[in-house]
Amino acid sequence: MSAVPLLKVNDVSKFYGSRIGCRNVSFELYTGEVLAIVGESGSGKTTLLSCLSTRLMPTSGIVEYHMRDGQYRDLARMGEAERRFLMRTDWGFVHQNPADGLRMTVSAGANVGERLMGVGDRHYGNIRATAKDWLTRVEVDDDRIDDQPRAFSGGMRQRLQIARNLVTSPRLVFMDEPTGGLDVSVQARLLDLVRGLVHDLGLAAIIVTHDLAVARLLSHRMMVMKDGAVIEQGLTDRVLDDPREPYTQLLVSSILQV
Amino acid sequence: MATPLVVSEVAKSFTMHLRDGVRLPVVANVSFSVKAGECVVLGGPSGVGKSSILKMLYGNYGVDEGQILMEHDGRLVNLTTAEPRMVLEVRRTTLGYVSQFLRVVPRVSALDIVAEPLQARGVAAGEARERAAELLSKLNLPKELWALPPATFSGGEQQRVNIARGFITDHRILLLDEPTASLDAKNRAVVVEMIAEKKAEGTALVGIFHDEEVRDAVADRIIDVSEFSPRKQAA
Repeated sequence: MSAVPLLKVNDVSKFYGSRIGCRNVSFELYTGEVLAIVGESGSGKTTLLSCLSTRLMPTSGIVEYHMRDGQYRDLARMGEAERRFLMRTDWGFVHQNPADGLRMTVSAGANVGERLMGVGDRHYGNIRATAKDWLTRVEVDDDRIDDQPRAFSGGMRQRLQIARNLVTSPRLVFMDEPTGGLDVSVQARLLDLVRGLVHDLGLAAIIVTHDLAVARLLSHRMMVMKDGAVIEQGLTDRVLDDPREPYTQLLVSSILQV
Repeated sequence: MATPLVVSEVAKSFTMHLRDGVRLPVVANVSFSVKAGECVVLGGPSGVGKSSILKMLYGNYGVDEGQILMEHDGRLVNLTTAEPRMVLEVRRTTLGYVSQFLRVVPRVSALDIVAEPLQARGVAAGEARERAAELLSKLNLPKELWALPPATFSGGEQQRVNIARGFITDHRILLLDEPTASLDAKNRAVVVEMIAEKKAEGTALVGIFHDEEVRDAVADRIIDVSEFSPRKQAA
């Protein structure tokens, strides 16, 4: 077990004017851990994810990241250039809508290769070979490497987005409803893929989802949010098998059995 | 250590917030310990809290009070207060569980499901699969099923996948929730033999067995869970 957390979140709140986005969220995330943030629409999940990934500035609170040099850095005090570099190399962000995370008018290979060039790879042959390898890993036929994602199905786009994010061996990946909007058979394939990759690469991930089955399958730990606050958290199967809070009990009892 | 598992004064209740906050006491004052090489069977009628106790021991039920102490990696861990990542670490190396039903992951083959706990402990994929194959053939699971995801398997076939998965590692503590419930006589005998082997290796086992024949064959001691029933204690 790694001794020090990769991410330290201390009392983070975000207000939109007088409205609450999220409030007083604290937790620590370790390498190899997958944390699911669940809750219904408007509960503050995505706001929290945005605050953690520096897409939004928290109104108060501190988010610290354990850099590769062994130092903790307060993300809010980081320079823009440094933050962008972190986003491009050490982190991944998988959007619900692949079009938000991909460049739709360049080829699939270039979408993957661009991140590699961001970390200084310049050899065309290597970049193309790595891109091909990653397309295969996410189960996209490698003869589609020169096609634009516009010509891909929703499931393929999402897998391409995952390849683009993972190609630089990030240490932390944020995912916002990665299976939302996909039909169930495609979802199952994607979930299995993500599960395998997270396990093989040993990365840390924070996954926002409203789907408890997704949380059960992918995550080790879970936080349940309501009205901007974390109301219950713990080991994923403990929260799902023995929910304590009224709202968590409602969520769990609302799952339809097939 | 000779006693890898100690349960001390554990109590558990459920509060059903969706039913006007009705509080359902499950068990109270649960205290017992299990020695290395011993198989303790939880007995008593249905609904008395046997499965709940196993789930608390595995950490997927919380407890209201008390301690569950396990010897893990040379020290004692109290599972009731351990951080999630510690609980997962204990499950990876010390604590195994054969549940009543298999939770299937789409697209993962029976062989890989069985091999996974070994791989999680750092055993190479090839070697883990070999071990998995040995166990599955010992449990008489037809070879043509090994490469298939178990979603379409019969109850007995799924259960054998589950048993193989639970028995593949050398976890010091193993929890068994009716592992023989849907097996035929021949395979029940195989499982009884496998439990005897675990005991000989010094594993501490806690199980629920409704089948009397199996229970008599494996149990060193039977704990009557109705002794822990809060209703009985109140009376």
